[in-house]
Amino acid sequence: MTDAALIAGVAFRPGTSDAEIEAAAAKAARDRRRKVLFWRWAILIVMLGGWEISARFGVIDEFFFSRPSAIWDRLVEWTLEGTSEGPLWLHLWVTMEEALTGFATGSVAGIVIGIALGRNQFLSDIFSVYIKLINSVPRVVLAPIFIMIFGLGLASKVALAFVMVFFVVFSNAFQGVREADRNLMANAQILGAKGWQLTRSVVIPSAMSWIFAIIGAIVGEFVGSRHGIGLLINIAKGTFDSAGMYAAIVVIMIVALAAEYVMTLVENRLATWRPAPLQDTH
Amino acid sequence: MPATDVSASPAVELINVSRRFLTPDGKSMTAIRDFNMSVGRGEFVAVVGPTGCGKSTTLNLVTGLARPSSGEVQLFGGPVNGIDPRIGFVFQTDALFPWRSVIDNVVAGPLFRGKPREEAYAKAREWLARVHLSGHESKYPHQLSGGMRKRVSLAQTFINEPQILLMDEPFSALDVQTRVIMHDVLLGLWSEAKASVIFVTHDLEEAIALADKVYVLTSGPATVKSVYPVDLPRPRVVSEIRYQEDFIALSRTIWDDLRDEVERSAARDETLAA
Repeated sequence: MTDAALIAGVAFRPGTSDAEIEAAAAKAARDRRRKVLFWRWAILIVMLGGWEISARFGVIDEFFFSRPSAIWDRLVEWTLEGTSEGPLWLHLWVTMEEALTGFATGSVAGIVIGIALGRNQFLSDIFSVYIKLINSVPRVVLAPIFIMIFGLGLASKVALAFVMVFFVVFSNAFQGVREADRNLMANAQILGAKGWQLTRSVVIPSAMSWIFAIIGAIVGEFVGSRHGIGLLINIAKGTFDSAGMYAAIVVIMIVALAAEYVMTLVENRLATWRPAPLQDTH
Repeated sequence: MPATDVSASPAVELINVSRRFLTPDGKSMTAIRDFNMSVGRGEFVAVVGPTGCGKSTTLNLVTGLARPSSGEVQLFGGPVNGIDPRIGFVFQTDALFPWRSVIDNVVAGPLFRGKPREEAYAKAREWLARVHLSGHESKYPHQLSGGMRKRVSLAQTFINEPQILLMDEPFSALDVQTRVIMHDVLLGLWSEAKASVIFVTHDLEEAIALADKVYVLTSGPATVKSVYPVDLPRPRVVSEIRYQEDFIALSRTIWDDLRDEVERSAARDETLAA
């Protein structure tokens, strides 16, 4: 009762019914959500408005910073007529294809090898030093090597994506297996789990929560850094088209947000067993 | 082995068992030494001793998760080879699979052991009803209270129909009222299942209320200090038994014995800390 009163910010007279308290709490929560939404939009509008006005009145140089209305026009033009290098959808698709292929193969390989090495102390003792060694190589350095080996096409970019994802997923899967609860392992064994049953019922589920913790975080960054859309930015940069550059960044932001949203959906679907997180204002 | 011999032998027997560990810095440490214990069929044995004296080690030797450094552990007259399917184990901390619903937790044992799905699930529902958890089948462990989770653990263990039930301070994390309820649930299940039980605890009253026989261990390295038979009539109601004269007398006798070990263990901890 005191909690509800605190949330609603209202002092209840003695004899107030539960229904009234609940209604007041629901209203308070609704008001709060509205307020958050209002301020989010307000900040966006003020920022964009400020940008537009200072660009128009010459406070900032439009040549470098462009202005929101020009970026919008470019986005509309790309969507309706396509870019100078072909339709926007094509670029988007190229980006997604590279990212998804590398992402899928990289995470599957990372999970399988991470769990295999995590389960086998001897193998992991042998290979851990090599994995550390390879992992210490910056990914940027690998790009030219992959282009040399696989050519300029899809394969080299997928390979790069693979390497980027593989090590992150691998080390998390490995960690997850190592951190699997000893009690749970013992319990499963005494209940009758053997070999693969043990891996499937305890090891993989405990590794999965570690893996998911990281996948969601890298997916956004990942989509933006690949070619395709990256190419648009490069071309815009080459022709001093600042509106085009910012427009491409906006596209990346939208794709990254969408990707992260999808990952969250998948994760929630797979992790119904976890305690619900504290209520968020998203 | 001859049938007569097997039927006469106790459910669990530890003969002159010792167990040494290698500590992380490479030193050898003796956890239990010259340990002798015998648990008859259908007998409920409680083991009490100072904290950290090696009570849990004893249980691990019986499960086959650990091997004795010397001596012998026998189950129904035969040696222990790996994890024995006749054994059930209830852990001190939560050992439920957090990613499985209540019913999927209970059904785990039969499925691991290759029972058909239909049969396993029917049996699991039956066991959930016996621990009064019908209607909670599709919840996840984090949605249950501590006492309910413990009841799921009991169902998960009992569904395998273990002939030997090992319990490692199973109720120590529960509040006092829930613990008393769980004692009665356990005694009810045990009297139906006719399993032999080794119940490790540091709570002397719990030990006396539940068991037929109480083993008092010395402070580490653990060995059996004394064995007390508990002649209180069954069926027992745990919430009332603790006020009976003979219960109080027995608990005073055993406590006098146990206190020396607890004090010695505490004194040693202090010198180690100093």
